[in-house]
Amino acid sequence: MRADLGCLLLCCSVFAAAAAEPARPIPLKSGIEFASEDIRKLQADDFANPGMLWVVRGEKLWSEAAGERAKSCASCHGEAAASMKGVAVRYPRVDAGTARLVNLEGRINLCRTRNQGAPPFEYESDELLALAAYLAYQSRGLVLAVAPDAQSRRRFERGRDLYHTRIGQMNLSCAHCHDRNWGKQLGPETITQGHGNAYPAYRLEWQRLGSLARRIRSCFYGVRAAMPPYGAAELLDLELYIAWRGSGLALEAPGVRR
Amino acid sequence: MLARVQLPRAARRGEAIEIRIAIQHPMETGFRFDLMGRPIPKNVVHTLVARYNGEEIFRAEMGSGIAANPYLRFYALAEASGEITFEWVDDAGNRGAERAAISVTG
Repeated sequence: MRADLGCLLLCCSVFAAAAAEPARPIPLKSGIEFASEDIRKLQADDFANPGMLWVVRGEKLWSEAAGERAKSCASCHGEAAASMKGVAVRYPRVDAGTARLVNLEGRINLCRTRNQGAPPFEYESDELLALAAYLAYQSRGLVLAVAPDAQSRRRFERGRDLYHTRIGQMNLSCAHCHDRNWGKQLGPETITQGHGNAYPAYRLEWQRLGSLARRIRSCFYGVRAAMPPYGAAELLDLELYIAWRGSGLALEAPGVRR
Repeated sequence: MLARVQLPRAARRGEAIEIRIAIQHPMETGFRFDLMGRPIPKNVVHTLVARYNGEEIFRAEMGSGIAANPYLRFYALAEASGEITFEWVDDAGNRGAERAAISVTG
């Protein structure tokens, strides 16, 4: 009798474990591992990688004075290679001054409005992408290290919930593709784990560099859901959850993707 | 127009050197429409010329079939120390130029 009960309990616990949604894909695989040989070569070649054009542009912007105070990024932060190393892998995070969740692009624009007295760059503008790519490039090869803290926990939970919520005419959640079916074929494509470690990335489909927000919006479009506008809280929540979920992967920005 | 050029800083006389150039350009095909349905005019970098100490060594004529941000690679024989210059122009009349020095020994 006691043995039977033990067996039953064991069965229950095994069943519960199987039913629970896996939090992170195991093993973690960057999108580049699902890409073709050509794309891998393009990303690995620092000259041929077209995203590097934005990095070079960002390097110039870094020391160009802007705004009413005529300050450049370098006026405060000095050499980006030293001061910005390891910064990009910690975003999105809550900005201490405004208590707002910001991604790297949002942080750049905060610096512009708060410290330079300059208007914020537009979403997906070449300037914003160039600076974001330049900053991310300083952390290339470092491991994403985003974990929700007391300030960001609610946003993280909203992102996690949205990630698992069915949306759109296709009635799919992010998890349906990127947790349960990665590695399988969807038409000509191999479904990836949906990490953001290559962004800002050069997508051949876009023919230019684009942000992770733009890529997430493409997924909304793909499942025939209404796309949240740039800067929407939902996108940031998702970015935060995705960054945590991919923590452990090396940053590849500027990555190259289909 | 932003561009990057890569070639060896030094080479031996008679050696084949690899020259690479990447130009940031949308290479608009002329077949696309904007969100209001208006056609976007064709605008591609149609001509690129490279000169080695003033002498033309490479010319590319490109059309709407070339992807955005064109990247070209070609080879030349190192003959003398000097400068390799690049000039290109797009359909909108915008011109770009880059230059790189090379020192040749032997």
